[in-house]
Amino acid sequence: MSSAKVWTIAETSGRRLKPVSYELPARGRMLADKLGTRLASVVIGDQVDRNDLQELFWRGVDEIYLVTHPELAGFLVENYSNVLIALIKTYRPEIIIAAATTTGRTLMPHVAVRLPAGLTADCTELDIEEETGNLLQTRPAIGGNILATIKTPHHRPQMATVRPKSTKPLPRDESRSGLIHIVKFNPNWIDGRVKKVGMRQIEETGAGIQDTDVVIAGGKGLKKGENFSLLRELAMLLGGVVGASREAVDRGWISYPHQVGLSGKTVTPKLYLAAGISGAIQHLAGMKTAEVIVAVNSDPEAPIFKVADFGIVGDLFTVLPAFISRLKGGKAK
Amino acid sequence: MKIIVMIKQVPETSEVKMDEHSGTMVREGVESIINPLDLYAIETGIKLKEEYGGQVIAITMGPPKAEKALREALAMGCDEGVLISGKEFAGSDTVATAYVLAQAVKAVGGYDLVLAGERATDGDTGQVGPGVAALLNLPLSTYTSGIVNIDNNKITVERLIEEGYEVLELPLPALLTVVKEISFPRLPTLRGKQRAKKQELQFWTGKSLDLDIGKLGLKGSPTRVVKIEHPKVLRQGKICRVTDEETLVEALDSLEKFLSEKKLIAKEGKV
Repeated sequence: MSSAKVWTIAETSGRRLKPVSYELPARGRMLADKLGTRLASVVIGDQVDRNDLQELFWRGVDEIYLVTHPELAGFLVENYSNVLIALIKTYRPEIIIAAATTTGRTLMPHVAVRLPAGLTADCTELDIEEETGNLLQTRPAIGGNILATIKTPHHRPQMATVRPKSTKPLPRDESRSGLIHIVKFNPNWIDGRVKKVGMRQIEETGAGIQDTDVVIAGGKGLKKGENFSLLRELAMLLGGVVGASREAVDRGWISYPHQVGLSGKTVTPKLYLAAGISGAIQHLAGMKTAEVIVAVNSDPEAPIFKVADFGIVGDLFTVLPAFISRLKGGKAK
Repeated sequence: MKIIVMIKQVPETSEVKMDEHSGTMVREGVESIINPLDLYAIETGIKLKEEYGGQVIAITMGPPKAEKALREALAMGCDEGVLISGKEFAGSDTVATAYVLAQAVKAVGGYDLVLAGERATDGDTGQVGPGVAALLNLPLSTYTSGIVNIDNNKITVERLIEEGYEVLELPLPALLTVVKEISFPRLPTLRGKQRAKKQELQFWTGKSLDLDIGKLGLKGSPTRVVKIEHPKVLRQGKICRVTDEETLVEALDSLEKFLSEKKLIAKEGKV
């Protein structure tokens, strides 16, 4: 029947697939090719947009396991865990990759201990060990001070999560098509104990901080909450989201969903701009895997400059407004 | 309410240093603390006890010195502490750890709520909490940022997800992993510290629990660490100093050039 031994877990939002669903196949494709197997995505939800399924094929997927039912609209770990375990037991994949989102980081450990299978969180690199075909999973630990490579020699599937935005989707290849396995819904999958009773939006989009290309973050150096408006303006101009250090959040200048670091979120954007953040190791742990780091700080000895690709030693209240007016003015000098 | 809080002792990360020659972590002199995210779980447990009555039991699996973490939890206001320790647990990954903690929670028994920090700052996996819930078949809320209500054997919570705050209703007993927003951890009082110093803890080994030996330690751990590297965190970045108008213009010219080379802004500085 199916020969796809590498799976990725797509995530849905209403009828649509979330962008991370297209990033994971880029990881999976490389592994499947090395193993000489096909790549499948698991899509669980309700009335999922067919165009989005086609998009998965265009982004490198060969097969889709589609499990849809009104009771599966919206993630509840108990239900999704039952579905995924049933699929694993039937189709026996070798490797499963999910996003290190609140969904992936809840579903994967729930499934892993039930099987049991090995699971490695927040992998930055995935590869296949040539001699054995085992998955090699590399991840940072101890606040990013070490990089550990982990494998799962005897248990299957080998499970891993990777951070959103850490992988670019493969270029869209519209000549590709694939096979959709429509999985018959089993009412026993619905646990029924936990109910989603509401949703409260966040006033700002801080929760999207892990899902953006640009993070403009501020710390103690901003001196007061109102000054975050500078960062908001910059974030708007650069198409990003505002982040913050723990100091700024603890002072009540900005809400917790914006916090980057060990007790907040880990982000991997293309650009991380740190303004008035000294760079305590707990903060660095949350952002040092960003592709490009720019730091603005008045203290030349601030540790943030050690991890910065571009540093400006100076008063942020001079530097940022000048930078903003340049961005606004286009060519103006 | 009978509340069990699962905690972990971790190295104080800001003090972790690397030995330049051997490339290993220098553990000597590094202080061990309660995992900072577990403090929010402890505080949540104590607050619920204050509101609804009952008791809070802190449990941890770790080396004998993890006793210190339990005493700190008692000093904050937990009523009892359980330390699960033994050679048989060495090398446990998150699957093996979840198994032992699940068995320990079961052995304590009679609980309404199990709490844990969202993840520990050393391993940074966040896998043990959901794992324990799965093994005990407890309703689970991860990333819990607030408790809205407890009523009629049901708990309503908010969890912080990418799209905002999701409101879940779970029957008790349930397991919650919590994030910072849920509470503001209190400091231990002097009286709490004195009480904690004298109080008896429960010390459990593998023999104290109903355990399948094959599921313990390295043997019970599907994953193996095969290589440890020490990444160079230093980026030899360009540094500009801004002291006046002239250096400001230079710095911004140079920043613009840098960002457009990296394709983060369009050539002329326009986004």
